[in-house]
Amino acid sequence: MTVRILAVDDSASMRQMVAFTLKQAGFDVTEAVDGADALKIAQKESFNLVLCDVNMPNLDGIGLVRALRALAPYKFTPMLMLTTESAPEKKQEGKAAGATGWLVKPFNPEQLIATVRHVIG
Amino acid sequence: MSGIDLKRFHRTFFEESFEGLDAMEAALLRLDPAAADAETINSIFRAAHSIKGGAGTFGFTDVARFTHVLETLLDAVRAGKHQLTVEDVDCLLRSSDMVRGLLKAAQDETPADNVSADALAAELSQRLAGPQAAASVAAPAAASAAASSAGWQVLFEPKPELFLSGNDPLRILRELQSLGDCEVRCRETQLPTLAEADAERCYLAWELSVRAAVKRERIAELFAWVDEECRLEITPLAAAAPAPEAKPAAPAAAAPAAPAAPAAPAAGTNVTPMAVARKPGEGADAKSDAAASIRVATGKIDAMINLVGELVITQAMLQQLANRLDPVHNEALLQGLSLLDRNTRMLQEAVMSTRMLQVDAVFSRFPRLVRDLAGKLGKQVRLQLIGENTELDKTVIEKISDPLTHLVRNSLDHGLESTEERLAAGKDSTGQLTLRAAHQGGHILIEVIDDGRGLNRQRILAKAAERGLPADPNMSDADVFQLIFAPGFSTAAEVTEVSGRGVGMDVVKRNIQALGGSVELSSEQGRGTTVLIRLPLTLAILDGMSVAIGDEVYIIPLSAVIESMQPHENQVKTIAGQSTVLRVRNDYLPLVDLRDLFGLSGERRNPCEAIVVIIEAEGRKVALQIDELVGQQQVVIKSLDRNYRRVRGVSGATILGDGRVSLILDVAAIVRLFGQAMAA
Repeated sequence: MTVRILAVDDSASMRQMVAFTLKQAGFDVTEAVDGADALKIAQKESFNLVLCDVNMPNLDGIGLVRALRALAPYKFTPMLMLTTESAPEKKQEGKAAGATGWLVKPFNPEQLIATVRHVIG
Repeated sequence: MSGIDLKRFHRTFFEESFEGLDAMEAALLRLDPAAADAETINSIFRAAHSIKGGAGTFGFTDVARFTHVLETLLDAVRAGKHQLTVEDVDCLLRSSDMVRGLLKAAQDETPADNVSADALAAELSQRLAGPQAAASVAAPAAASAAASSAGWQVLFEPKPELFLSGNDPLRILRELQSLGDCEVRCRETQLPTLAEADAERCYLAWELSVRAAVKRERIAELFAWVDEECRLEITPLAAAAPAPEAKPAAPAAAAPAAPAAPAAPAAGTNVTPMAVARKPGEGADAKSDAAASIRVATGKIDAMINLVGELVITQAMLQQLANRLDPVHNEALLQGLSLLDRNTRMLQEAVMSTRMLQVDAVFSRFPRLVRDLAGKLGKQVRLQLIGENTELDKTVIEKISDPLTHLVRNSLDHGLESTEERLAAGKDSTGQLTLRAAHQGGHILIEVIDDGRGLNRQRILAKAAERGLPADPNMSDADVFQLIFAPGFSTAAEVTEVSGRGVGMDVVKRNIQALGGSVELSSEQGRGTTVLIRLPLTLAILDGMSVAIGDEVYIIPLSAVIESMQPHENQVKTIAGQSTVLRVRNDYLPLVDLRDLFGLSGERRNPCEAIVVIIEAEGRKVALQIDELVGQQQVVIKSLDRNYRRVRGVSGATILGDGRVSLILDVAAIVRLFGQAMAA
């Protein structure tokens, strides 16, 4: 079964990097440009993992995680926030919203794949 | 292991970062420090944050380092810990310039100006001037015990709600196992009876001993995502501790069954109140437009435009062939052809529109420019932008930027008066500068309007006389104003820091004419000046006048044509037995026979039996002798340089409906060639 990942980032270069890396690693990746976009897509399709940036226009990452957690199909879905080290309180805020964990930027493709593999199991 | 080359994402990173800086600058310029609204602050923060994240990821350390400092200040502003001042905004604007410079250096792979960057970073930190900046980072590293040679004893007791964060204890156990020899004992004392068990809750706990020479943090790190959702004890494993009683078996961790159907009362709603202040989804962010678009290399679009051009020509050829067919017998074919004609034109329009950008791409730089210049000149200026959404060709946009900047600088420097002068003249102390773009037919009009002192007719005439330019006190206002565009009118004597850079209005006019456009001036003394620029929507198509010499057809850009006439005998004069001039009203224009210029066969004709087209470029006129005016038409421009080689006096070529190639005259080159001969 292919693992489906929803990658959400308003930065095109980060989104491309994440999507490209994970596709290379054999995952099925769908991209979304902000929280609102991701929420729309997530309601139509299903995913095994959600990777999202924190700071985004039109619904930020924390709002997205909270909204997704409230949806039955995403009750237990792993959701990782891509955050920066400068914002430790964001991690807590994200956890409170229901995020599974986080990946600290900057990260390289290898770290990304390793983390995703761990979470997917 | 994946060996992904991050270079492939660099272009996107630079593009989005420059866009982000533009947005940041625009937001800073409209920001009122006293009453900053959250969304504007947020958008500024977001730009810096994204650039920092990308720069870190893609290895641009200079950029990342500086933006980190910038972001820290912005974060404090966003969190309400720092109150912005006008000086802060100035500093932030300089910082956005700095980031731009650092990005450019990274892009060009040239050394960054780290000295200035560090100085500005220091200023940013000083502005923040709060001790809290340094405190937050290094907190948790406190109880870092040395690595135990034996390993670690771990008690992991998740709260029942663990699964609701998408975490799976098995993942952590697996990771622990990857560190080294690991003994696991599962505690199932909390496990209820099957009837009472809720598959969505975690009832198990684990005791582990990990025999690995790692630091305590390495173990704690694995639990970082769940440390608030479990009881966790990590103690050094006594060196001699015999832990044989632990059985290496763990009942499956009862990972949650397939998501239960009933949406349990909103899983993650017990949220901290701090999240309330930020209301997402408000205000149409420019980014959402970008989301509905894709980036395509300009080369691909140009190739497409070229192909569509070919298609238009092919279509015209078919149409011409079809004209010879009997309409009765070939009705269906002709109908098909007319449909093809319509679709081709629509396709052409659609493809052309992909090269169109909003004029905002140029306009957006002016708020900053005007702000800076007005500050430097000590003037108060209000800038109004109208019609920023008007679209025109990307190349035109790029090339119009410099002339437009020049005009805006001129307006600010020479057009608008100082505050005192304005008040003395009974005007509003703040000068008004307006940039307006609009479509008109196949053209776009851009106006630079100021309500300043206006052009002084007497001074222009005096200066023109001084410079030896043809000036006549009886000239109309429009003609007098045109003198400003004459080469050599601007002089070094009036160079100011703002507008005089040795580049005169003649260059502005030449640049605009090179785009197939024109400039007009209107002005009322004491009331202001308006500069009107008329530009073609695209450079790929040209409005041309086709003229014939013998069997050859040439295209003259319509924007360069002043008039055409059949000269009288007394208008034509021969000078020194060789060059011929044509007298038109009071001007003597060089008369050039295109037949000679291009070495065409056929009999030379007397100018009085031929037709003369008067063309103008760079402020000079030349009369071209031709055989016949054929008509006006839009032609698709093909590069002669690329397909053949450069030919003097020819700027390009096009293919006519009958398949013949027709050359497009390079009016500027012809004027230069013969205008000089005349002046000598």
